[in-house]
Amino acid sequence: MAIFKLQINGRSYQADVEPDTPLLWVLRDHLGLVGTKYGCGIAQCGACTVHINGEATRSCVYPVSAIGTSKVVTIEGLSANGDHPLQLAWDEVDVSQCGYCQAGQIMTAAALLKKNPKPTAEEIESGMTGNICRCGTYHRIREAVKLASTKTASTTTKKS
Amino acid sequence: MATTTDKSRRDFMKLAATAGGGLLLGFGWTSAAADSISVLGEAAGAAAGGVEFNSYLSIGSDGIVTIFSPNPELGQNIKTSFPMVVAEELDVDWKKVKVVQAPLDAKKFDRQLTGGSGAVPHSWKRLRTAGATAKQMLKEAAAKRWNVSVNDLTTENSTVIHKASGRKLSYGELAMDASKLPVPTDVQLKDRKDFKIIGKPVRNVEQKNIVTGKPLFGLDVYREGMLHAMIQRPAFGMKVKSVDAAAAKAMPGIVDVVTFKNNVAIVGKSTWQVKKARQAVKIAYEKADNIESTPDHDRLFKQLLDTSNEVVVRRKDGDVEAAFKSAAKVIKSEYQCPFLSHSPMEPMNFFAHVRPDGVELVGPTQTPERARTETAKLLGVAPEKITLEITRLGGGFGRRLQADYVLEAAELSSLVKAPVKVIWTREDDMTGGSYRPAVRYRFEAALDAQNNLIGYKLRGVGINSGNPTREDNFPSGAVENLLIDSVEHKSPITTGPWRAPITNFLAFAEQSFLDEVAQAAGKDPVKFRLDLLTKAKAKPTGAIKYDIDRMRGVIELAAEKSGWGKKQGVFQGFSVYFSHASYVAQVGEVAMVKGKPVLKKIYAAGDCGIVINPSGARQQMMGGIVDGLGHAMYSKLTFKDGLAQENNFNNYRLIRMNEIPEIECHFVDNGIDPTGLGEPALPPTGGAVANAIFKATGKRVKNQPFIDEEVFKTVS
Repeated sequence: MAIFKLQINGRSYQADVEPDTPLLWVLRDHLGLVGTKYGCGIAQCGACTVHINGEATRSCVYPVSAIGTSKVVTIEGLSANGDHPLQLAWDEVDVSQCGYCQAGQIMTAAALLKKNPKPTAEEIESGMTGNICRCGTYHRIREAVKLASTKTASTTTKKS
Repeated sequence: MATTTDKSRRDFMKLAATAGGGLLLGFGWTSAAADSISVLGEAAGAAAGGVEFNSYLSIGSDGIVTIFSPNPELGQNIKTSFPMVVAEELDVDWKKVKVVQAPLDAKKFDRQLTGGSGAVPHSWKRLRTAGATAKQMLKEAAAKRWNVSVNDLTTENSTVIHKASGRKLSYGELAMDASKLPVPTDVQLKDRKDFKIIGKPVRNVEQKNIVTGKPLFGLDVYREGMLHAMIQRPAFGMKVKSVDAAAAKAMPGIVDVVTFKNNVAIVGKSTWQVKKARQAVKIAYEKADNIESTPDHDRLFKQLLDTSNEVVVRRKDGDVEAAFKSAAKVIKSEYQCPFLSHSPMEPMNFFAHVRPDGVELVGPTQTPERARTETAKLLGVAPEKITLEITRLGGGFGRRLQADYVLEAAELSSLVKAPVKVIWTREDDMTGGSYRPAVRYRFEAALDAQNNLIGYKLRGVGINSGNPTREDNFPSGAVENLLIDSVEHKSPITTGPWRAPITNFLAFAEQSFLDEVAQAAGKDPVKFRLDLLTKAKAKPTGAIKYDIDRMRGVIELAAEKSGWGKKQGVFQGFSVYFSHASYVAQVGEVAMVKGKPVLKKIYAAGDCGIVINPSGARQQMMGGIVDGLGHAMYSKLTFKDGLAQENNFNNYRLIRMNEIPEIECHFVDNGIDPTGLGEPALPPTGGAVANAIFKATGKRVKNQPFIDEEVFKTVS
């Protein structure tokens, strides 16, 4: 066991865990941040996606000892009031069925839009293909990412 | 930025609780123990519900209407659609509705389960009556207060109105008085034309909580002092011979290693510690039953198709042997499907706390009452001593109809005398059983010289498949001479209902075979089916348990919307199926790309009667199609010595975003009382796709997954 100091969602946390503990289980079992989900444990489904220094990362295979001073953002910290353009688009398009994979979908999409604010349909598809939705909400996920991208883009335009 | 210590972590949790509006906190945790997290809003919602009118609703003095949704929510959107029905009859402002998942309560609700697409037909009138009854009581309370006739009052948007005087009272103002009135027994339900909420797209009531990562699911439940557990289960046909847990027990965080019923449970303080210690447990197994592998099943299927032993006749009309003897043409074909895992995204898990005074169960289950009954039996505890809180389910697909994982949690909690959450890893989920059974079908059809279908035979053979046929489904009733039978092989490999049980594969096989028969008869596949329906209507053979006109309706709608038979450049395949009281027809469109068939689009036409929530209904239809397509195309479980070889998403393939076709959904508008949609869109998909592949390539795909079939391997 060792104490790890972590920067998550703009706050400092510490956890006394074994160094190989995946970030996923530190978030869930030790810090009470349960929005990040366990789906496969081998980085195949994307349910556990978080941002580490802005990069979409599979927290189920990312040992806590590798985080260091990196900044972690989870679904709970994506926006202050649940109003990230993707979160709003998910509601507007009425995306979720069971909802279990959706935090991971949104975190993947958020990293995608940050790098590429106006992705084409193909770019959305290739960016989101690593995330499984067992309920089959893919059509609406695609639509919501598209919708969010138009809103993000127009906000950016207004600001500039 | 302040460093978060245990104390400030608690502050943070409080902050989260405020923001979340219902996150319950446990107090007095130690740094070693997990913090307590209850799933969102459940108990809080029940407490803050205001005045109770009936099992389904209560109204607060602030006008907030709390509607209790009794059935488990696993993505079928029932937590939105059920309250919509209550709210409709109550005439309430939807913005003032708060929906709460009701815990298991057999006194208040019956059929509190999710399965068989049965909740909507079962509850439609009950929900409407619950809303209408409360509305009537509110009107009567207003009539008393104003001293006017109740017949002069109307309701709108959570308000009772006396038009003649212009007086208005809100439901909140009337709730207390109204709740004390006698409950009327004969209330008027709304006319369909007056619906304001039903039939309008309403967004998932949980959407905002989902997209902000609030605790909703069984896996999100954490309680003070709760231990985590994983269980090593034997391969099918094996049993535990010996366990050496010494090394595992010495590992950090491990509380105990317990063996019960051939299960070896590793119990500890955190998920990761348990997972690591599990690898250090040495278990020796020995043979307890047949040890089966997939090649054994393949051989067995071929034997059973020709056996005369233990055949169960499911339906027999006319003289099928005579029909085949007199036939001008006989078509014979076989179809096979593999075992499938349900693999909901949230793996199996359950929380149990067995205390001397009672049992607390919390988690994701499709059958809360079964879970409680079986727990009561297992522990020898009266069912009244067991509470069961239903969390949101991260998918179910039938897997959570079983209570095995609930019983594991209950037994373990009882053994280690502590609150326990059992979690299955993905590998446990795929190797732990209760699969969609593997089945092989043989179809035979007899055509006379005029290409009329005069005889039809179906034999289904399966591994723990029960009855792998649906003997009264179409085309039964439309063929004079028909024989449907089945043979079941009993195996140690466990099986259970999988979304649209049996029909999830039978429909593909049957609709593909009917396409083969239409082809042999030189008839258009749509016209062939319509002609059979015409015959079934004019001259039915035996019992007909589907509605001929409704089936015709979806066939015609799908044909119309897809431009059936009128398109150039794409190849269309047709399929129609009746299951779970709803009707769905589909047209698959395939194009040839670089010598391979590529599915471009699926048109679907459904008849589930009145569509309660068009957004949810389209979502169920599309999800069912994607599910049906994905599993038909890609998924299989194979066995070696009783162990599933595919054990995670790296080798068990699920459909992904880049593999979905365009989908266009249509619904028949007929005003019939609604039926379910959680399953009925899935069965027809495989057939629509396979029949389109045939049109495009001239080759039939007869086995699932399609991706293993020749047509996807050869590049011409």
